[in-house]
Amino acid sequence: MRPFQFHTPKTTEEAFEMATSKTAYLAGGTNQVDLMKKHIATPDSVINLKNVSTNTIKTTNDGIRLGAGSTNSEVANHPEILQKYPLLSKAILAGASPQIRNMATTGGNLLQRTRCPYFYDTALPCNKRNPGSGCGALKGNQRMSAIIGYSSKCVAVHPSDFCVALVALDAEVETTQSDGTSKTTTFEDFHRLPGENPEKDTNLPENALITSVFVPNNAFGNNIAYVKIRERDSYAFALISVAAALEIRNGTIKAARLASGGVAHKPWRWKNAENYLKNKSATRKNIEAAAKLASSEAEPLAHNSFKIGLLEGAIITALSQAADNTLETKW
Amino acid sequence: MKDQPSLPKTFSRRFFIKSSSAFAALAVIPNSVKAFYNHIKEIFVPKKEILPLSLRINEKPYSLDVDSRSTLLDLLREILQLTGTKKGCDHGQCGACTVHVNGKRVLSCLTLAATLPETEVTTIEGLAKGDELHPMQEAFLEHDGFQCGYCTPGQIMSAVACVKEGRTTSVGEIKEFMSGNICRCGAYNGITNAIQSVAK
Repeated sequence: MRPFQFHTPKTTEEAFEMATSKTAYLAGGTNQVDLMKKHIATPDSVINLKNVSTNTIKTTNDGIRLGAGSTNSEVANHPEILQKYPLLSKAILAGASPQIRNMATTGGNLLQRTRCPYFYDTALPCNKRNPGSGCGALKGNQRMSAIIGYSSKCVAVHPSDFCVALVALDAEVETTQSDGTSKTTTFEDFHRLPGENPEKDTNLPENALITSVFVPNNAFGNNIAYVKIRERDSYAFALISVAAALEIRNGTIKAARLASGGVAHKPWRWKNAENYLKNKSATRKNIEAAAKLASSEAEPLAHNSFKIGLLEGAIITALSQAADNTLETKW
Repeated sequence: MKDQPSLPKTFSRRFFIKSSSAFAALAVIPNSVKAFYNHIKEIFVPKKEILPLSLRINEKPYSLDVDSRSTLLDLLREILQLTGTKKGCDHGQCGACTVHVNGKRVLSCLTLAATLPETEVTTIEGLAKGDELHPMQEAFLEHDGFQCGYCTPGQIMSAVACVKEGRTTSVGEIKEFMSGNICRCGAYNGITNAIQSVAK
């Protein structure tokens, strides 16, 4: 690691006063410390958010608010989350390891960097790590690369599972800018597509802080599923993941939510498939048609067309599980 | 062969001339130039920062000075010689460095020591009570939960937490909640049996 000054401010105001253009905020550190070890992140100062970010998880009349400092374990095992928002718990438990989930925070999860191998190998070109150097994955190994929403500058994917569930459940992100003003952003608008500037993962202004993530009430109950396909059974990033949530009344789907990880630069919503399922019965035929609709929107790269089949299958599995209400996890 | 000159070959004439002229050149660089170089260096290369840190490790209080870059793993191994905690990948992918901070299992390789004031750290050295091993340590011996033993301290720390978290209702659940600890020898079945025997 390069040397850096280490600060532990007591308040948000203090944190903003200490922040410069070469500052890195530190929450759980599970990604940030690794990036600093690999010299991918070389901040002059590191600001520890321990006393700034709250870990409170609070139910309100219209939903639940997760403090930016709440750990993955705290969210996944929270009684209210397990009861009313089981999709969040399932998605979190599908990612990382218990040790990492004890450290990693809600805010940090949103801001983690891609695990594209070209981003991590400082000997190779990567527009995200070193703007203008080119994209190594564009003509290289594309197993972990995107199949939708990419650009000629970057084909990396967002690595989170938690974020896939959050985007599916129409979450909102509350942020505080360095001038002290607060802002609420829909989860879909929080992350961005690579376009010409893949070095920017999100629309968060410089040095702004995530204060909390809000998940509105929903009527999905236990008709949810999270399916993750990866290189091994556990403790690996997704090749494809699918979050599905259905509001079913008298056998008819009143509302559907379908989102994927491992497919794009941001957690991806399959809105056409969601609309297709609305007011239809949850039959195998309709589910297969929705899966076909979503996977036909993807445009795979030269070397990852295998992901189309994976995606279609994962969507069918997720929607079927959600419709069958098979909430019980079989480890 | 025996008549060869016995001068060590590493000090060739060319090396001697080169190095001595380099030293001579250094000596004649005026101090003002050196000061200027140091000044520039201070602007562009951040100085390393040493921070005071007090915490408890295995129920013993410590007051130390640590580099802001030091991880808990390096603090334990390099400064405190608590080498039971192992460095495997040093990137949060193997679990060999697992310790408990305030009773929860975490990866010491991704934990900056500077984030730990007033915390309680437990390492593998802190599990046994004197000569009496922790039940999980006994179980690992009993069930052959290792071969080479390198991942074992991390496995045991993780296993103790896994039981405490109540994630031991089936072999599948144990395996899922121990997936953050990789064993290259493949002693997984022994490890699972050991955890099951303690969880009962």
